Amino acid sequence: MLTRSSEVIVIGGGVNGLAAATRLAREGARVTLLETAAQTGGAMAARGAAGDMPLAHLTPGLDPRVAKGMALETRGLRFHAPLRDTALDLGGDHRTVAGGLASGADAAAWATLHQRLMRFASVLAPFRAMAPPRLKGGGNDWGALMRHGLGLRAIGAREFRELLRMVLINAADVAEDELNDPLLQGLMAHDATQGAWLGPRSPNSLILYLNRLAMGAQMRLPVGGMGSVAKAMTEAATAAGVTIRLGARVAQIETLEGRVTGVVLDDGARLLADHVVSAISPKATFLDLIGPRGLETGLLRATRDIRARGATARLTLRLNAAPNFRGADLQSRMVIAPSVNAVEEAWNPVKYGEVPKRPVMEIVIPTATEPELAPDGGHVLSALVQCAPHDPAKPKAAKTAMLKATMRVLEDYAPGLGEMVSATHFLMPWEIEAEYGLSNWHHAELSVEQMLFNRPNHATAQYATPIAGLWLGSAGSHPGGGITGAAGWNAAGAIIRGKAV
Amino acid sequence: MIYDAVIIGAGHNGLVAGSYLARAGMTVCVVEKNDWVGGAAVSRELHPGFTYSNCSYVSSLFRPEIMRDLELPRHGLQILPFEGGAVLTEDGDYLGMHRDHDANRREFARHSLRDSEAYDRYARDVQRHCRFIRPMLMRTPPDPARFRPRDVAELAWLARKMFELPEAQIAEMIRFWTMSISDYLDQYFENPVIKAYLAVSAIIGTALGPMSPGSAYVLLHHYMGDVDGNVGAWGFARGGMGAVTKALTASLQAAGGEVRMGSGVDRVLVSNGRATGVVLDNGDEIRGRRVISNMDVKRTFLKHVEEKELPGEFVDRVKKFKIRGSSGKLNIALDSAPVFPALPEGSTHIRGDLHFTDSIARMERAYDDWKSGTFSRDPFQDVMIPTMIDPTMTPPGKHFMSCFVQYAPPKIHGGEWTDADRDAFGKTCLDQLEAYSPGFKDRVLHVEVRTPRELEAEVGLTEGNIFQGELTFDQLLFNRPVPGYAQYRSPVKDLWICGSSTHPGGGVMGAPGRNAAAEILREAGQIKGMRDAYPVL
Repeated sequence: MLTRSSEVIVIGGGVNGLAAATRLAREGARVTLLETAAQTGGAMAARGAAGDMPLAHLTPGLDPRVAKGMALETRGLRFHAPLRDTALDLGGDHRTVAGGLASGADAAAWATLHQRLMRFASVLAPFRAMAPPRLKGGGNDWGALMRHGLGLRAIGAREFRELLRMVLINAADVAEDELNDPLLQGLMAHDATQGAWLGPRSPNSLILYLNRLAMGAQMRLPVGGMGSVAKAMTEAATAAGVTIRLGARVAQIETLEGRVTGVVLDDGARLLADHVVSAISPKATFLDLIGPRGLETGLLRATRDIRARGATARLTLRLNAAPNFRGADLQSRMVIAPSVNAVEEAWNPVKYGEVPKRPVMEIVIPTATEPELAPDGGHVLSALVQCAPHDPAKPKAAKTAMLKATMRVLEDYAPGLGEMVSATHFLMPWEIEAEYGLSNWHHAELSVEQMLFNRPNHATAQYATPIAGLWLGSAGSHPGGGITGAAGWNAAGAIIRGKAV
Repeated sequence: MIYDAVIIGAGHNGLVAGSYLARAGMTVCVVEKNDWVGGAAVSRELHPGFTYSNCSYVSSLFRPEIMRDLELPRHGLQILPFEGGAVLTEDGDYLGMHRDHDANRREFARHSLRDSEAYDRYARDVQRHCRFIRPMLMRTPPDPARFRPRDVAELAWLARKMFELPEAQIAEMIRFWTMSISDYLDQYFENPVIKAYLAVSAIIGTALGPMSPGSAYVLLHHYMGDVDGNVGAWGFARGGMGAVTKALTASLQAAGGEVRMGSGVDRVLVSNGRATGVVLDNGDEIRGRRVISNMDVKRTFLKHVEEKELPGEFVDRVKKFKIRGSSGKLNIALDSAPVFPALPEGSTHIRGDLHFTDSIARMERAYDDWKSGTFSRDPFQDVMIPTMIDPTMTPPGKHFMSCFVQYAPPKIHGGEWTDADRDAFGKTCLDQLEAYSPGFKDRVLHVEVRTPRELEAEVGLTEGNIFQGELTFDQLLFNRPVPGYAQYRSPVKDLWICGSSTHPGGGVMGAPGRNAAAEILREAGQIKGMRDAYPVL
């Protein structure tokens, strides 16, 4: 039960931890937020490991509830205009895409497809802003479920049938059925599988694309870089009364007779709490902070079964001049994924822990939009490189090979780029896990079998856990990752609603 | 004469549909392009004295309700359950299988103690999923986009059935349906060979790899059959798979139905938006009050019905129906029984399915080859020697071996298969056999190599897809074959479809044919309501 005197500990100061802590503090609870690093922000904060860049380099835009509830705009958070996408072509015949509008001969087909997918995304989006339904028993917001459920049917019989057909289809079939332009097909295949553990020909990949559209069809750059989001959210948390402790690593979550009592830090300090909200990986929460001995067999097994493989590598290059991607707009979000097969072929080796010959990637050059971000001039190239092995037999060799392959692809698309590089920061998935605690980009793989009432697993999908007073609120919970804060905000809502029960 | 029903194709589903309709008193004529019946469930003598099950080769899925309704045992059908099976590993060891759960458990323990314990849990969980899905096989899928009483009632039936289960089981089931078999098995097992054996059923016939999400469902598709009530068991039809369709033909004829062989259908006659019969390749016209196609949905509507008779959107959907072939086959006549030195002498493993792919990764790599448009140099083979149990198929002492091969693409390197490609494919498979059974090639009397090209040419399966369409969710249940047309009807009045392109899909199951007949009889007012078990009549 959450009351004015409730002591709440939030573990993890990333976007979801900050959102949850602020919402709970505004309800009157006494909230302490514990962050391991020297600054808040999680993947939004630059830590040196990725150079000047934070781990996440774009946001689809914060969940409107979070932006409004934390008054981020009045705290000075601004965004640049939504980014156009550029599907890079080796010969310089790039395609640009801004939402429903694509350049090239396939513009009409793209518009038709985009419109249909946006329609599907818009009726699925409301489900993101609520706790996943319980399949049986009480606790559901029946009013909202009915409303959103009818919304699905309200798109008309024909579209509803198409939605049912396409909801678990693979992205490649849709791209190849509806589009003709290999570059646009590749762009869609890339975006559907970015950050996931599957390829575009894997069934269930289109829904990831719909989820992405539901967050925002175009990605955004915050003014001042991703750090500005962290800064504004931290200010909001502090203003709401959240006590933030940096450099505080939780060693253990303490429980007594099935109820959480507090946490122990790795320096031995013990903090008591009525509620603990974990905004870090659900797997780490249960397996490391509580430990197998504190878990009932079913929950232990279900936790171990949460799949959290990451296939994204993070590249930051300091450049002493502006690169030339054969004339592409450097202020856009550039994607190297020349065809569906290019993405699929990059994906193939990862299944066996091997390095692809030609990785696919998303490139942003924040300094092209905001030159002040590079104080000593020059540029920063920031890339999320897809299809890095998660757990290769020889990590060191795999990292070398992956970087080499990445640079080779970059050099092909931007001849002379290699000469401009003054510093390289490259993180493989296991390094991202060590540095940021993210074994998968979303803490738990975003896939149909780990969505909604199965995210991260059935026992913990409504943010509450079988351990009373322990709550989950990271990207590992519904509705998953992306810098939006939705999961943390939803989790806080579940705790607040728990008050009335 | 005007028949009540003209059925195109004497495959098992066409014959099932025909038999039900004939028993309901309709006049039925089944037309078949080949000089023999059976479609892909045939026994053929392609080498003197040797009967081949030259397409489908094992039986389990065929619905027992249909066997009883149509009295197939009385018409000569006998299913012989097989036992055994093994995976021969690269290092010369093997994983042997048995019909008995506890015997398997002991064998698993030889490879991993932990896995032998997990096997109990695994068998229980998979059995649970099977039990849930089996009743759905014999029901017409509802159309969730319509509000007719029958659709609403059927959706309610589905929902009620689901909510009979505890909440955790519903969630687990939804997980299972959407997962890859590789991820699913990882939750139970650690030993790669055990996982490789269990993953087999998830890839047979599909254009998915064991690491593709959705492949766990395909496993279920192969597990939900039974032999004599033994759920999940598989057997041989005595005399080859043709015994199934021979018994069906006898049952059909006993009920007054006719079969006309030797000339295929050129086109379906449509007048005023209604199907009125068919024109055969030889020019004959057969009139009928309704036409029922056992051909796949692409062949039926894109090749044998004039496009102007169909709505544009329907044609577009049918064109986009996924029917990529993924399998090939070798049928081999052997002079003597092959010897696999890795298997203990006198063991029963050789009486079941033999595999040489000892890890899921190797299966997946074979799938990667398929995706890039070629057959694999390290193919997955499902090898059976039915004559170990059924000596009626060959002269005494000789054997027939059936090797089902994944993966073989419908086109090779983007072009049509040539004879040279086919021979190279066959040689790759024979080389693999020789590696595990030295001297194997010397025993070979005759080999028939079949790629998707041969399957399409002989049986008429578009792109050589053995299920008449991929078994992924976008093409299952109310989406199969096309959303809005999952109830065996087509946009043309009195033109019906009854093949594996319809719910519940492929395998020698008979359910699509039976369900289509039930729909026809329901429309004719002869039966009422939905029944998921026998008898329809």
